[in-house]
Amino acid sequence: MGEAVYPESEVFHTEDMTISVGPQHPSTHGVLRFVVRTDGEVIGEAIPDVGYLHRSIEKIGEKCTYHGYVPYTDRADYLAAMFANQGFCMAAEKLGATEVTRRGEFCRVIACELNRIASHLISVGTFGQDIGAITPFLHALRERETINDLMEEICGARLTYNYIRIGGVGYDITQETCDKILVFLDHFDPIVDEYNRLLSYNKIYIERLANVAAITKEEAFQYNLVGPNLRASGVKWDIRRDIPYSVYPELEFEVPVGHGEKGTIGDCYDRYWVRMQELQESSKIVRQCLKMMPKGPAISKVPRKFKPPAGEVYVRVEAPRGDMGYYVVSDGTEYPYRVRIRTGSFTAMAIIDKLSRGIMVADLIALIASLDVDAPEIDR
Amino acid sequence: MRRRSIADFMKQFVDSLIQQGYFPGAPVQVVYAIAMVLAAFIVLSVFVAPLAGVTSWLERRVWARMQSRVGPNRVGPQGILQWIADGIKNLLKEDLIPAAADKLLFPLAPYIVFVGFLCTFVVIPFGANLVVADLNIGILYLLAVTSIVVVGILMAGWSSNNKWSLLGGMRSAAQIVSYEIPAGLAVLTIIFVAGTMSTQGIIKGQGWAPWDWYLFYNPFTFIAFFLYFTAALAEGNRTPFDIPEAESELVAGYVTEYSGMRFLFFFFAEWGNLYVIGAVATVLFLGGWQVPPVGNAFIEGVLQFVVFFLKAYLWVFVAMWVRATLPRVRVDQLMALCWKYMVPLSFLCVIGTAAWMVVLPHGSRWASVGMFALGVLILGLFVRRLRYQIHNAKPELYLRPYI
Repeated sequence: MGEAVYPESEVFHTEDMTISVGPQHPSTHGVLRFVVRTDGEVIGEAIPDVGYLHRSIEKIGEKCTYHGYVPYTDRADYLAAMFANQGFCMAAEKLGATEVTRRGEFCRVIACELNRIASHLISVGTFGQDIGAITPFLHALRERETINDLMEEICGARLTYNYIRIGGVGYDITQETCDKILVFLDHFDPIVDEYNRLLSYNKIYIERLANVAAITKEEAFQYNLVGPNLRASGVKWDIRRDIPYSVYPELEFEVPVGHGEKGTIGDCYDRYWVRMQELQESSKIVRQCLKMMPKGPAISKVPRKFKPPAGEVYVRVEAPRGDMGYYVVSDGTEYPYRVRIRTGSFTAMAIIDKLSRGIMVADLIALIASLDVDAPEIDR
Repeated sequence: MRRRSIADFMKQFVDSLIQQGYFPGAPVQVVYAIAMVLAAFIVLSVFVAPLAGVTSWLERRVWARMQSRVGPNRVGPQGILQWIADGIKNLLKEDLIPAAADKLLFPLAPYIVFVGFLCTFVVIPFGANLVVADLNIGILYLLAVTSIVVVGILMAGWSSNNKWSLLGGMRSAAQIVSYEIPAGLAVLTIIFVAGTMSTQGIIKGQGWAPWDWYLFYNPFTFIAFFLYFTAALAEGNRTPFDIPEAESELVAGYVTEYSGMRFLFFFFAEWGNLYVIGAVATVLFLGGWQVPPVGNAFIEGVLQFVVFFLKAYLWVFVAMWVRATLPRVRVDQLMALCWKYMVPLSFLCVIGTAAWMVVLPHGSRWASVGMFALGVLILGLFVRRLRYQIHNAKPELYLRPYI
């Protein structure tokens, strides 16, 4: 019998390597950590480890007044602070039955969609960077700087806006700023084509992303994916269209879904491509809003001591990282009894473990980037 | 007058010093050895260091312009002395060796990488007389010493005792060993045509006119050039093949644990290697230092130097351009590209050239001119595509170089 001279475990054996990806790893987008077990380059499992950026934002909500909590919501997702503002304000308005002025609604939509462009630019830019193309990232940041300048003109802040208040918006958007936004959009639309020529149609880029970590429709439902990640799996679901809020029902826009552009439906390339298309849709929405914006006050009369009647409410907004939900309970006092924030990135983290089995280390980076998970939003 | 190389001048100089009795009692061989070490030191500090340094500055600057940034522009005119500032900064940094690292191999690895890169300068000519040693096995020597680099990289990856470093070192070893084959075979086609392995001999086999270059000798050498350049990019760990140090995947690959001057040595070698890639491509395919006859020997020498430099730096620029444009390939794709496409294609080039040599032992003028026309056509189409892209780039292009 050709028995092995040595038992396998003593001399010739292989070992899985356990690597800690993060929390200081360059492409985990903030302070994420994955405990990755690999066999050489092939991943056995990648277990997400969240909580490095936990700032107790929900608990702080119980200690602040309704007005005072709005700036804190900025920090829930600092790449898309406008949506966090809007979600909380909508919840407070629903609790207190406060009217929002029509001009205020338009101001909100303009600011939000500009913010969505900025957030998606970061997303697709860092996506390119994670795959190794650094030029698109810097070109994307160049346009984002312009949006930051516009935001500064609208509300005085570049990142954490604190713009949307209960009952409307903090500052009206002046005609001058409207003109500047239009100039920017005229400048921006052709740039999306340029990104496509530089990055999206790049052969290496497509090879790296197509057919990698595809999420089927069923998996997306099981793992509760939301936003662009869900749409990339071929589900036409957008809170703006399906549970309309603000003035979105009056606006015309497409909901881009993944068609398996270069590979299978729901692969990394589809998730990227959906975001690229959403850039253009957001630009369209802002153009319509600028045309339709009525005259009038930007904020309605809201008492300084905002005391909504006891009750609970759950509102959802379509943030760049998907469905952002605010569950606010009021006990009739000046302070919320409970604030719960539900974010898209947190649920997206759960699917990484399942998808990472059997892919390579480089694909894991592409997968994390394609889900556009954002550390502050995961941990709050 | 017989043309003499620098080595001859040096030998004469040292001989005269010995005759004048400067080194009484010392064996002649020892004096020679010391003189050579001194000369190597001078060449290193005067030529190689600025070359790698300026290449690093150029890369940062070119890259910055392509990404609509400014880049380093503070130290010296247009920031050209930035590399000196960086070097001094890194020299003054703490020499950090991780506690768990291998105490012998960890400090040794950067020097091995550095030696592998530095030894190539022995055979790279800059003009008809400007070559350290015109070895008759020049190209073979070059391929051999560049292979030392992989030993250093593996050493760095292993001795760091860091999992990212290990992964980077392993990737690098697999990549460099694989890509040596197409690079070597592409070089072999030129050795067939030239009939010599000496770098000067290969250049002398070509002419100053483009259709006399080995690039356009026959269709196979034309393909071999692109194979060589791609494989050389992979060997030099350049994008799109920079997987060993892929900063978004492996933090910094095999250099993760290095800091200060040791870190700089790796990148010194990388940037210097960029020039070596361009120079070897120039020697093998682009006619080296060949210039039209001028008459005045001095002017001709200067012209040769300038022409060689420009040709070499053109490819350095192309490598930078590629780096600014392309994403990175995955490890398995990299291997597939090498073994499925480049190795068979390079074998085809070797066999094709061999057959060509049998049929047309002295080459074909018509084939050369035809290939040259094809090359011009390809370049024209490329420029047209470039113009289309620039024309369609609606946003303001930041073309002013002096901000």
